[in-house]
Amino acid sequence: MTKSNERKLTIARAMAEATAQEMRIDPSVFVMGEDIAALGGVYGNTRGLLDEFGPERIRDTPISETAFIGAAVGAAQDGMRPLVELMFVDFFGVCFDAIYNLMAKNIYFSGGNLKVPMVLMTSTGGGYSDGGQHSQCLYGTFAHLPGMKVVAPSNAYDAKGLMTAAMRDDGPVVYMYHKGLQGMGWLGTEAGATVHVPEESYTVEIGKAKVVREGREVSIVSVGMGVHNALKAAKKLEEKGVSAEVVDLVSLVPLDRETIRASVAKTGRLIVVDEDYHSYGLSGEVIASVTEHDISVLKAAPKRVAFPDVPIPYARVMEQFCLPNPDKIVAAWEEMGTLQPV
Amino acid sequence: MAPTRDEQHWMYRNMVTSRRFEETIAKIYFEGKTPAFNMANGPIPGEMHLSDGQEPVAVGVCAHLTPEDVVTATHRPHHQAIAKGVDLDKMAAEIFGKATGLSGGRGGHMHLFDADVNFACSGIIAQGMGPAVGAALSRKMQGKPGVAVAFVGEGAVNQGGWHEAMNLAAVWNLPFVCVIEDNAWGISVAKSAATAVPTNDVRAAAYGIPGERVEGNDPFAIYEAAGRAIARARAGEGPSLIEVETYRLAGHFMGDAEGYRPEGEKDGLFEKDPIPAMRARLLKDGAASEEQLATIETEAEARVEEAIKFARESVDPAPEDALTRVFAA
Ligand SMILES: Cc1ncc(C[n+]2csc(CCOP(=O)(O)OP(=O)(O)O)c2C)c(N)n1
Ligand SMILES: [Mg+2]
Repeated sequence: MTKSNERKLTIARAMAEATAQEMRIDPSVFVMGEDIAALGGVYGNTRGLLDEFGPERIRDTPISETAFIGAAVGAAQDGMRPLVELMFVDFFGVCFDAIYNLMAKNIYFSGGNLKVPMVLMTSTGGGYSDGGQHSQCLYGTFAHLPGMKVVAPSNAYDAKGLMTAAMRDDGPVVYMYHKGLQGMGWLGTEAGATVHVPEESYTVEIGKAKVVREGREVSIVSVGMGVHNALKAAKKLEEKGVSAEVVDLVSLVPLDRETIRASVAKTGRLIVVDEDYHSYGLSGEVIASVTEHDISVLKAAPKRVAFPDVPIPYARVMEQFCLPNPDKIVAAWEEMGTLQPV
Repeated sequence: MAPTRDEQHWMYRNMVTSRRFEETIAKIYFEGKTPAFNMANGPIPGEMHLSDGQEPVAVGVCAHLTPEDVVTATHRPHHQAIAKGVDLDKMAAEIFGKATGLSGGRGGHMHLFDADVNFACSGIIAQGMGPAVGAALSRKMQGKPGVAVAFVGEGAVNQGGWHEAMNLAAVWNLPFVCVIEDNAWGISVAKSAATAVPTNDVRAAAYGIPGERVEGNDPFAIYEAAGRAIARARAGEGPSLIEVETYRLAGHFMGDAEGYRPEGEKDGLFEKDPIPAMRARLLKDGAASEEQLATIETEAEARVEEAIKFARESVDPAPEDALTRVFAA
């Protein structure tokens, strides 16, 4: 790709573009959620859709998540392909039955006779002092429960392709985008998330991880914002003469265990970076994927850099203390080295 | 029953304190956020939902409450916290994320908790309802005095949790009052686009309890309606529902461009600003002199300045304190 035909998009715009392209070719796709019409979504990911598709297909909802997510399940089973937004993933508490008992299970309960082609998109992540009900990731919570695919893009290219793939999937996909990667200036923005995005429609395979940086001595595995922290840490490690590989999971369900195992088999060391809570989650699952498969590839005990098991505090100094960051990843490497020198 | 002269002065004082507080917070909120507005920066980071214009609801209701009564609030809690008597120094410090804050910086502006005056918040829409109903239940079971009031926005009445809590309060005949602040908007969605009935007082019929609608953001009318509902609750006659028409003079949160508002709506609202209106009424009724009002205003302003100074000068929490207070001591 040459510089001259680069078309950099934010994740927000990439999501909206994928949605619009799919809506143009598939009349069964419609969007509902809070503040997704005139406002274009609090995080900009439905901007422009109301103007093009009108209020019949771009529906602002009451603050009634149980009703409209349940309604999406019913509509999906009846021939529509709804894209619904849960504004902050933290709000899942008021509507989880519609998600994990209906959306996630109805295909199975019907013995595979039903399709539930719907996408639940939801914002994740903190770092901007929004407090403990507006800053969580909850990757593990969603990924734990069977029946739904779960994806989490780290950049706009993947964001567009994953959205298209999710909308074409005949089962439910939870699409978890990170607020700090959206490209909304008012949330601060990770520049690395805004990348070249082809104009035409395309898909990114759900269930396939990507090695986003090749390395030889340690595999840093993460998703979403964690990928950017991992890449920054890899740079710092390079300055110390350490060659780190970075794996972007892209998809949590299905989890691409093969790519994780191949990377760790090569490097012999594993650090998992997760902005979700430390225990019972993504980081443990990734480590188990390696250890239960072939523990002999490991030259050191795996490490995780995750959010401690406490509610997310408001005060900046406290929240930043808890969040993963590149320095913590470098420190994890250093501890690994001293614990078990090669 | 109309508010006494003292109560009127108290109401005006709290309205002015609340407004001065919000104006000061609004100014400080932009520190460190210009020229590029990034919520993460400045002495007050995160979302900020101001209550400008909604003060009459807080004072009209809280004028009937004592510290032992329970109040739950929402993501927009400052006016109610002030009227309920939450410690203003500690509240300001919490909003600044300081160690001296109500929760030592763990909560923030959407999570103000002051056990001394039985005040709590939730940033999840309608989720103040259950805890308020539970407090009312607890008072009834323990034979302790006190009522519980849940403040919610008009957008909250479309949550399942709201209906469940209303029914529970009614079927158990609890000392509970739900006060709906109808500012006509839930972020960018107009009430008329989200709610199937024009006014929510009629929903009381679904629970067999009294429902009232108060028009005009009028602190006196709110005082009277709240007085009836709270007296009923105190007398053991069960819950009530009140919906108050009020005005959101600010954006949903700070930084909201408010492009969804019909043109001119804001100007019309500012003309109906309840604070100058109450001031004029106090003077016209002879309930307060110009001098008395000026004193109240000066004192309110000084109180706010003091609280903000306390917050600014307080130290940050120790970062590792984030790991403490997760479980009961
Ligand atoms: C369960 C849940 N859904 C959505 C939100 C996001 N949200 C925060 S405030 C708000 C609008 C609330 O409107 P209303 O209840 O009228 O209160 P107001 O903001 O007008 O004071 C929404 C949708 C939330 N906090 N919780
Ligand atoms: Mg409202």
